[in-house]
Amino acid sequence: MSASRGSVMERGAPDGSRMNADVRLSVEQVSYAYSPNPSQAPIFTLEATSFQVKPGEIVGVLGPNASGKSTVLRLIAGALQPLSGRILLNGAETHLMEPRARAQKIAMVQQESQLLFPAKVWEFVLQGRHPHGKSLRFENDDDVVIATNALRQVGADHLTDRWMDEISGGEKQRVILARALAQQPVLLLLDEPTLHLDIGAQVDFLHTLKKLTAVNRYAVVIVTHELNLAGEYADQVVLMQKGKCLRVGTPASVYQRDLLEQVFQTRLMVEQRVNGRPKVSVLESSE
Amino acid sequence: MQPLTLSKVAVRCGILALILFVVVVVALKFGAVPVSLYGLAKDLIGVLIGRSSNISSEYGMIIREIRLPRIALGIFVGASLSVAGTSFQALLRNPLADPYVLGVSYGAAVLALIIEPHLALQPEIAAVFTPLGGFIGATLTIAAVYLLGRYHGDIDSKTLLLSGVIVGSFFSAMILLLITMLPSSSTRGVVYWLMGDLSTPMPPILGWVLRTGFFAGFALIYLTASDLNLLLAGEKEAMHLGVDVKKVQLVVYLAASALTGLAVSVSGSIGYVGLIVPHVMRMIFGTDYRMLLPASAFGGAIAVVIADTMARTVAAPSELGVGAVTAIAGAPLFIYLLRRRLA
Repeated sequence: MSASRGSVMERGAPDGSRMNADVRLSVEQVSYAYSPNPSQAPIFTLEATSFQVKPGEIVGVLGPNASGKSTVLRLIAGALQPLSGRILLNGAETHLMEPRARAQKIAMVQQESQLLFPAKVWEFVLQGRHPHGKSLRFENDDDVVIATNALRQVGADHLTDRWMDEISGGEKQRVILARALAQQPVLLLLDEPTLHLDIGAQVDFLHTLKKLTAVNRYAVVIVTHELNLAGEYADQVVLMQKGKCLRVGTPASVYQRDLLEQVFQTRLMVEQRVNGRPKVSVLESSE
Repeated sequence: MQPLTLSKVAVRCGILALILFVVVVVALKFGAVPVSLYGLAKDLIGVLIGRSSNISSEYGMIIREIRLPRIALGIFVGASLSVAGTSFQALLRNPLADPYVLGVSYGAAVLALIIEPHLALQPEIAAVFTPLGGFIGATLTIAAVYLLGRYHGDIDSKTLLLSGVIVGSFFSAMILLLITMLPSSSTRGVVYWLMGDLSTPMPPILGWVLRTGFFAGFALIYLTASDLNLLLAGEKEAMHLGVDVKKVQLVVYLAASALTGLAVSVSGSIGYVGLIVPHVMRMIFGTDYRMLLPASAFGGAIAVVIADTMARTVAAPSELGVGAVTAIAGAPLFIYLLRRRLA
């Protein structure tokens, strides 16, 4: 894991040439500018951002609204082309990959999936086999085994024959995760996957993700607003503000009270828990 | 977990083909000259399996020259409209999308209306030029809606749908204007064209174009069937699952629009087929486009053949517009489907 440019950043960012062979995803000095009209000045810019993710590692991307978290995720997913810098997945630039080849390596879990017409849970999970199929992509027995295993791994095998619009939010997120696992990716990207879940379902979801990451050796990048959940489950965090990557490191090293207060514009308290993980609490203005 | 297989699709299509065959035989029987149902079925099977090259001479001429060409036209028009509607619904992620909502049929009608009565063409020239005008009108409308519906260089579903609605309403106003300018003797023909008409004999070349166009358009769309399944969940999701979204959108949009243009140019305006049939087929066979597309093709063919048979027999000896029949049957059916879905 390395640092990025910014006012407060860690030293010693390795560049691509010195990239550790163990690194799976390498974001190298990546910048981006968004403008609704090419002739106008950009309304959002992402300044040069760098970090790396190893197999079996969860990296949390944190920051307030409009800090550029989702842009970073979309750049990694290859949906956007960097203005400068490069993003390498096992040595290949993600935005240059052919869509199908990319989907065989990168799976995305979004906040929720809007279905136009109702679908069964198993039909939804089998969609994850699409990048691996042949021309008309009729699924075979192997696909069924992989989809069944994916559902079992996320603890949702009892939902197989249910309709997607009949299951709870927490169950739905597990099913969406199962579809991502069915893609058999090497990199898992999650965009605020716990946004609409109650606290029990959030912990449940991230616990499952942590376990699967360790077992399957996925490289995981998760965008979230949940400081405490990221502090508990992420191996590294990337802290962002207004398109700048402020700091990259372990949760304990990044969760500094002054820094978090400046970024989130609110009074906070940061404690170190027994397990070495930080805990963030919001202070009343009178405290 | 029982995924769809090619053999399941083939069996279900076989059953639908059988139903279509029965509907065709029954449709062939109805008409001014009585024909034996048994003899007709036997003759048709003989022709289909190549045992016989002819239909019984007693009613052969009526069947071969009048009823069969009209039914064949109905089959291809119905299948084209229904497949186009099914495709547009996935492409635009809107269950209300159909060729008529996108304004394509109105565009076709405007040009056909300008060519047919205003140029005072010879009947045999008009028989080719009117459909050609319709096709060009449909193509120009597609181009206009496509250009208006682009946002930052990409197809935006909502903008495209709204552009279709606006272009369609503009052309429908033009149609009303053109009708008021026509001599009263031409008005009846125009109204028939607007209500859908399968009775006008078609030059063989147009029949060939329609059939070839249908099979080519259907094949192009069917090759993207599993991509369309994913597009139902949204463009971003489809992209993350390996779909080349822009390519699929362009191919399906052009193919579905060509199918609509072909159908409208030879039959006029037959509404609701592209809207209702996909919904009914979805209720029976599910949402998988690898099954839904062929099912919609058969369903559309069956629906239009039945509607046309009703149009020519219900008020015999006079004829109703087949589009009027599909609209009268389709609107209440759609309300029923909508309420059932909400319940």
